[in-house]
This record gives sequence, C-alpha cells and structure tokens, in this order.
Amino acid sequence: MTQLAKSREALLALAIVVMTGLIALRFPDFVTPSNLVGTFNDTSPLIILALGEMVVILTKSIDLSVAANLALCGMVAAMMNEAGLPLPLIILAAIMLGAVVGAINGLLVWKLDIPSIVVTLGTMTITRGVIFLISGGAWINDHQMSELFKGFPRMSLIGLPVMSWIAIAVVVLLGVIVGRTALGRACFAVGGNPHAAVYTGIDVGRTQFLAFTLSGALAGLTGYLWIARYAVAYVDIANGFELDVVAACVIGGISIAGGIGSVSGAVLGALFFGIIKNALPVIGISPFWQMAISGTAILIAVAVNAREGRRAGRVILRTAETRS
Amino acid sequence: MTSPTVVQRQIPDRLNSPLSRALRSWEALLVLVVIAIFIINSFASPYFLDPWNLSDATYNFTEVGMIAFPMAMLIIAGEIDLSVASIIALSSTAMGYAMAQGAPVPVLVLIGIAVGLACGAFNAMLVTRMGLPSIVVTIGTMSLFRGISYIILGDQAYTGYPASFAYFGQGYIWWVFTFELLLFVLLAGAFHVLLHRTSFGRMVYAIGNNPTAALFSGIRVARVKAILFLLTGVMSGVAAVCLTSRLGSTRPSIALGWELQAVTMVVLGGTNILGGSGTIPGVVLAALVMGLVTFGFGLLNVPGIVMSIFIGLLLIGVIALPRLWSRLQARRS
Repeated sequence: MTQLAKSREALLALAIVVMTGLIALRFPDFVTPSNLVGTFNDTSPLIILALGEMVVILTKSIDLSVAANLALCGMVAAMMNEAGLPLPLIILAAIMLGAVVGAINGLLVWKLDIPSIVVTLGTMTITRGVIFLISGGAWINDHQMSELFKGFPRMSLIGLPVMSWIAIAVVVLLGVIVGRTALGRACFAVGGNPHAAVYTGIDVGRTQFLAFTLSGALAGLTGYLWIARYAVAYVDIANGFELDVVAACVIGGISIAGGIGSVSGAVLGALFFGIIKNALPVIGISPFWQMAISGTAILIAVAVNAREGRRAGRVILRTAETRS
Repeated sequence: MTSPTVVQRQIPDRLNSPLSRALRSWEALLVLVVIAIFIINSFASPYFLDPWNLSDATYNFTEVGMIAFPMAMLIIAGEIDLSVASIIALSSTAMGYAMAQGAPVPVLVLIGIAVGLACGAFNAMLVTRMGLPSIVVTIGTMSLFRGISYIILGDQAYTGYPASFAYFGQGYIWWVFTFELLLFVLLAGAFHVLLHRTSFGRMVYAIGNNPTAALFSGIRVARVKAILFLLTGVMSGVAAVCLTSRLGSTRPSIALGWELQAVTMVVLGGTNILGGSGTIPGVVLAALVMGLVTFGFGLLNVPGIVMSIFIGLLLIGVIALPRLWSRLQARRS
C-alpha cells in the first residue's frame, strides 16, 4: 500500500520535473533560481490551503468555503491594520477567525449530519456576503496598509521570503499532525471506513469537525498572507480559488472518497499547479486559458486516480451507506 | 452516519388519510411560505402588487427553475451536476460565436441546445462510463466549460443579437405573461409527468434509494443516470437561450453561481440531498419562494450580494431545521 502511494507521488514529482525541463528547453529563464523561488512563493497560498483541504477530504468531506474564508479573514486583517493594531495580533485574529468559520462548517457536519458539500456551498456564499456587509463593498488599497503589514510576508530570510517559510512550516506541521498524531490516524480511519472507525472508538463527526477547524485556521492564515502579498482587499478576492485547491488535492492523489492521501501528494499537486500557472505567461499563453487547464487537470487526475484505485483490489461488497 | 443506531420501524394501526398527509407535507409548508411572503411583500412595498412588476419578478426563477427540474431528478438519483452554470456560459458563447458568423435565429437556438446536450453527454460519459464520482467530475467540467468560454472571449463580449432573438427572453405571449413563464409551466408539467407518472421516474427513485438493489432488479442504472445528465445538459442549453436572449449579450461570467441557486432550489423543494426522495411540485414552489423573496428584497433596495447571504442561509436552514426538529421530537418521546 505504501509502495503504491510512494510510486504515485514519485510519478507526480517526475511529471513536474519533466514539465519544468520542457519549459526550460525553450525558455531557460524559467529555471533561474530567482524565478523558481518566485514560483514557489507564488504557490505558497495554494500549498497551505491544499494541506488544509487534504485533511478535510481525508475524512470523506469537502470544504468549498476555503477561498471565501480566506477573503473574509484577509479583509478583517486589513481592517484591523487600518485601525492600527499590532501585526502579531492581526495574524492571530485572522487564524482564529478562520478557525471559527471552519468550526461552524464542522459543527453543521458533525451535529446535524448535513453533507459537507451543501454546508460549505452555503457558507461560501454567506461568507462572501458578510465581507460585503463589513466592508460596505469598499476596497482597501495599497496606500491604506502599513509598511510592516505589507512587508512582513515579503521579508527575505536566508534567501526565501517569509511567506515561503510559513508555507514550509505548515508543511512540516501538517506532516506531524497527519503522520504522527492520533488525529491524523483518525482522519484516515474515518475516511477509509466510517463504520469501522466507530467500532474502534473514533468519533467520526468530531474528527470531521477538527479537520474543518484546521482547514479554516489555515485559510485564515492564508487570508492575511494573500492580502498583504497583493496589497489589496475586496469582496471578490480569490473568487473560485477553492476549485484550484480541490484540483491541487485531486492531482496530488488524494481520493475524494476519503481515506487516501499524503502531505507530499498535496504539496506536489499544488506545485504542479503553481508551475503551470507561472509558466503560462512565460510561454506566451493568455491567462484566460488557466481555468480550462485547471478543469482538464482535475478530470485527468481523477480519472487516473480512479484507475489506480481499481487496480488495488476487487470490491466484493460495497459499503452500505446509511441514508438518514 | 456517525453512530450505529437501531432504527425502529413502527407499523401504524391506521394509515393516514391522503388529505391529512398532504396537509402535513413539505409542499404544504411551502405553499404557506409563498402566501406569507406574498402578504409581507405587498405590505412592505406599494409596488409589489403591480402586475407588470410581478411579471418581471418571474425572471428571477424561470431560468434557474428550468435547470432545477432535471437537477432534482439527478439529485433524487443520487448524483449531482455542479457544471450547469458553466454549460450556460459555454452554450451562450457558442451562440454568440455563431451569431458573429451570421447564423439565423433558429440555428442559434439549435446551437445553444446542442452545446448543452454535448456538455451533458461529456458529464454522462465521465460519470457512467468511467465510474467517476459526479461531484468531482462536475467540479472539473464546471472549470473546463467556463474556461473554454474564457479562452474564446477573454475580456470581450458578444453583443448585437438579432432583434427577433430577443423574443425568447423578453417576449410576451399575452398581457403580462412572458414566453419564459409559459415555457417554465410547460416544462414543470413535462417533468412532473416524467418523474411521477412514468416507469422512468420510478427507476430514478429506485436508483436513489439503493443503486445496487436497482441494478439487481433489472434497472439499467448507468443508462438512466446518463439520460439524466443529458437532460440536465439540454435544459441548461435551453436556459442559456433564454438568458442570452434576455440579456442580449454574452460574457464568460454569465450565470456565475447559478449552480448554487439551482441546488438550493432543489433542496428547498424538499428533495433529499442524499437522494431517494423529492418532488417536482416542491421544486416549483421553491422556485416561487426564491423568486418572490429576491423580488421583494430588490424592491427594498437590498444589494444582490446580501441576497446571496439569504440564499446560503436558506440552503443550510432548510436542511438543518427539519433535522433539529426531528431530534427534538426524538428527545421528547
């Protein structure tokens, strides 16, 4: 099993290297260290969000509200900055607010058994509406943000911007949570077979709740990074980005049916996406192609994953799903 | 799903009469809600009861409603199609392209519907032939279909549709009754018959309740699901014709977020999001509720994005409240 998972991630890593190589053949500038650092830095928000989404998908759920949550936390962070609050407090508040939105998703899934896709489709629109209400539809622009607020993610630290270091820290943190804690085990158990998980004493709903809260907290953190990086906050920021996040997970081999996936898969999936995104303008393809490419990537990845899953073994009995 | 509970099934001494059952149904509740909204709105704004205003208000639900009918059947059968709004975008773009090449109006309509059918067929192939989960497939095609529109149009728009094309979205058949409203009513009737009066409809319910049992009882599950995806595609094409005709232009961002509205309408209509139950009259009533509420908010100058908060709350609320209610009932007994 681990062999198979390893090979899948190795395959994806190989695909990324080959793709980068092909681009480099025509456009050598793409693989200069500074450009690669830039590409990684641009992909950092996607990596962080994809990791949170991965934990949610592992538990047989999906979180479509991450992008809206990001926009809300970013807007609140920008407004707090306007009010002159200190940066550590702002970042903490963004993470907490994100966690609260995630926890609301989680509670609805846990306590009321509502399918996560419905819950998060709903909270996605509600959250966007709330941003409009608190901001009055106004933009917060570059000149309204303090230098430290904008500058912190861009500060260079041993050759990498702080935003990249934060992404790396999140990768390590998630590696520990998923691989070394009871919660991580529980996520796999819940997604792999919820009924068996119940009999081994795992609270399925509670695990899903924690996964959503974690995903929300990471979305909150990304919200601050995003707003500071692009130095603008408005209602429609990161609109549709939840699809990129899900796509990164699917490409990274995380099974949408739950229970299968890895941190390295999510990171590679996000990198694959980030490289395509950054390579398009270099190759000279209009950015309007990106949406169609995301869609195609999702479809190919899910088809490939399904085929691999089928090869793993024959399904003798389908798990009976309770319909309440 | 969370814990293995023992389900107690009781057989009542006496069956409910059809009338008392009808009065306690979800649909009856929706009728009350429609009447309540009607009364509240007519007090809230003096412009509400104007027949021409009400006629305009029907546009708030006719196009989304057309998609909601096949979507309801799809959800009853245990699948979902999140790509409907993107199908509208692609279909509208195709019509715009044909229009720019000088195609006559009947050809435009045909192209709009044919593109919808093709998109539906693509979804159907991926879900039923390759056995992929419809949620992921249609999230992918949602991005792909609208993405193709963006490739073709970029930040441009198609405008200048012929004047006779405007009839589908702006025409009146008699007095205040629009062509779209007539189409909506006819489609509601057709889908009602299809779901509630044909063996095909029974198969849809059977598949939604237990796909394995349905397969073993001789229902061609994959074929039925494929037909439902095709129907959804075609109806998205029809909605695209109406919407494009009404707006008189095509942008890649056309009908953005409509998949959410359609799913909300279906769920508000009493359809179980997990499949197995739901009715067409319920969807029609839900369409009325959403249309009247949006219209009422519009008259009170509430911005569109605030309405979307309401739609989101509605979507979660209509699923959450019955569950909370039944939990309270269970605790009491």
